[in-house]
Amino acid sequence: MGKLVVNQEKLTPSVIEKLVNICPFNAIEDKGGKIEINAGCKMCKICVKKGPAGVIEFVEDMVEEIDKSLWKGVAVYVDHVEGDIHPVSFELIGKARELAAKINHPVYAVFVGHNIKKKASEILHYGVDEVFVYDYEELKDFRIEPYTAAMEDFINKKKPSTLLVGATTVGRSLAPRVAARFKTGLTADCTILEMKDNTDLVQIRPAFGGNIMAQIINPNNRPQLATVRYKVMDAPERKAESSGKITFAEIDKSKLASNIKVLKITKKVMEASISDAEVIIAVGRGIKTEKDLAMINELAGLLGAQVATTRPLIEAGWSDARKQIGLSGRTVKPKLIIVCGISGAVQFTAGMNNSECIVAINNDPKASIFNVAHYGIVGDIYEVIPKLISDIHAKNNEREGSYIRKEA
Amino acid sequence: MDILVCIKQVPGTSKVEVDPVTGVLKRGGVDSKMNPYDLYALETAFRMREQVGGTVKVISMGPPQALDVIKEAYTMGADEGLLLSDRKFGGADVLATAYTLSQGVRKMGNVDLILCGKQTTDGDTAQVGPEMAEYLGLPHIANVIKIEEIKDSYMVVEMDMPNTIEIAEIKFPCLLTVEKDIFQPRLPSFKKKLATKDREIKVIGFKDLQDQNEKRYGLTGSPTQVERIFPPAVNTDKEMWDGTGEELGDRLAAKLKELKFI
Repeated sequence: MGKLVVNQEKLTPSVIEKLVNICPFNAIEDKGGKIEINAGCKMCKICVKKGPAGVIEFVEDMVEEIDKSLWKGVAVYVDHVEGDIHPVSFELIGKARELAAKINHPVYAVFVGHNIKKKASEILHYGVDEVFVYDYEELKDFRIEPYTAAMEDFINKKKPSTLLVGATTVGRSLAPRVAARFKTGLTADCTILEMKDNTDLVQIRPAFGGNIMAQIINPNNRPQLATVRYKVMDAPERKAESSGKITFAEIDKSKLASNIKVLKITKKVMEASISDAEVIIAVGRGIKTEKDLAMINELAGLLGAQVATTRPLIEAGWSDARKQIGLSGRTVKPKLIIVCGISGAVQFTAGMNNSECIVAINNDPKASIFNVAHYGIVGDIYEVIPKLISDIHAKNNEREGSYIRKEA
Repeated sequence: MDILVCIKQVPGTSKVEVDPVTGVLKRGGVDSKMNPYDLYALETAFRMREQVGGTVKVISMGPPQALDVIKEAYTMGADEGLLLSDRKFGGADVLATAYTLSQGVRKMGNVDLILCGKQTTDGDTAQVGPEMAEYLGLPHIANVIKIEEIKDSYMVVEMDMPNTIEIAEIKFPCLLTVEKDIFQPRLPSFKKKLATKDREIKVIGFKDLQDQNEKRYGLTGSPTQVERIFPPAVNTDKEMWDGTGEELGDRLAAKLKELKFI
């Protein structure tokens, strides 16, 4: 920690103008020839690093440093619904192993619920060192107080240096509560995680709607918490053999009290989620009328693909929110995504730019989607797609034809 | 019933780019607006007040210009507002923000329910609500999509969970974060704008708060730090094709066959 010091004697009108403009948060103000830094300052220190040399300086505070060696382990919260483990948990375990290997820390999984003892053994196929199971009736349904109490108990007992939580509905409610309980930092929706030798977790995520990437650290608090969305980290390998041990944790039931009662649970009709699709066709405003979606649906049928959309089509009622890709929608990582008539604003690309093969069709050669595409097709979707569809039909007929000929 | 809604002023546009050569942020357009997700929290508060009576107050933390969102809340029907503003609160991450807001809440008298929007369009974290609930020792439920019942000592809400819809009872006092589209937010009313144009907005700073330990606020109170910012990576491994629509269709079909997608 520290503070910014302005060397007012170095100010000239042009220096002042440069400083006012360089601050991305509008925190530097010209007050009658003097510089004032207002409460918008986020201490990114760009004015120190990139501003006129030596005008604004950063002065470090003397801060008591914590003893990081007291905190060991990279832990993962196991997200589940009645014991069925959400795949994001395995993705995070895979990542945790990578991070832990760098600093020689153990990998833990924390499984909180009721009647989950048997399901815990599945976790041992992913290379964790120890699974902590909190199995109590009070933990049957997710309620914030008992779940936070269980996590608090785990953290107090094992003192992990890092805790990774899937950015699911539960994770996004639980992780911040745990972070506040330990007065520590939490970075949400990380897209890249790295580990420093000193056990600091490097947490990278998009900011300003995806226009920039921010690299965040939590250097003087423990544990370090980060949430990660499903399909951001790589799918891990499930090993045939199991390894590691399961520990049944005990906690005083009085700690599991709650002012919340779950009255009724209704299962939703589950549709295949675009997050799990191997092939996706994404459409945006390049589609002019709802009827034109017919050709997209036809192509999707031929490729075994799911159709995803951008926000404008959802607001027009042509699609629904579950099909939205992007920062305020879902993250997808299919083997193939064909992006049709989407300009490629960062809010969209942040939700799909890790896809294995990205094909983009847009008649604007300057469309930003071409920055992320592997194959950039500058063309009219109303010409390219019908031709693609007829070519696919032709190839299918060829194959069928030759098969019949063989038979004869 | 006394309801408090947390609101935030956010940049009007997210159009910010990093110059790849100088590493400096280029801002485009600096208008500010109320965080759109907060409109849903406000609307929920107003509808609850219509049903059971009581007050709707708002609280925000920000630089002096954030007074505008409190004024906007007045034009929609809020009764009272408080702005926490102080140079010492600046540079706060989620933890310090939630702590500062929770200190501000303690200056607002009786509060039965705190409502928050799901997240902001600038921070995107969705963390401040739950962290405030922790600091205030309140139970909280996130992802509320429907208010089912409001009773004297508790309320019943519907929450949107991944595979299920759950109905839960939560005792007062408590905190809820509401989903977008829980209600259709009302528009500001010109009549209310006239009626409230001189209404006081309380502004308090660090010295007004109960906890006078500076280290818990602002940058010093923030465990997370931004180490650096950089532009998102651009994919360099790519091919650009052009030609007639038909040629491109043929070429794409051939490529998809080559890659074994058909």
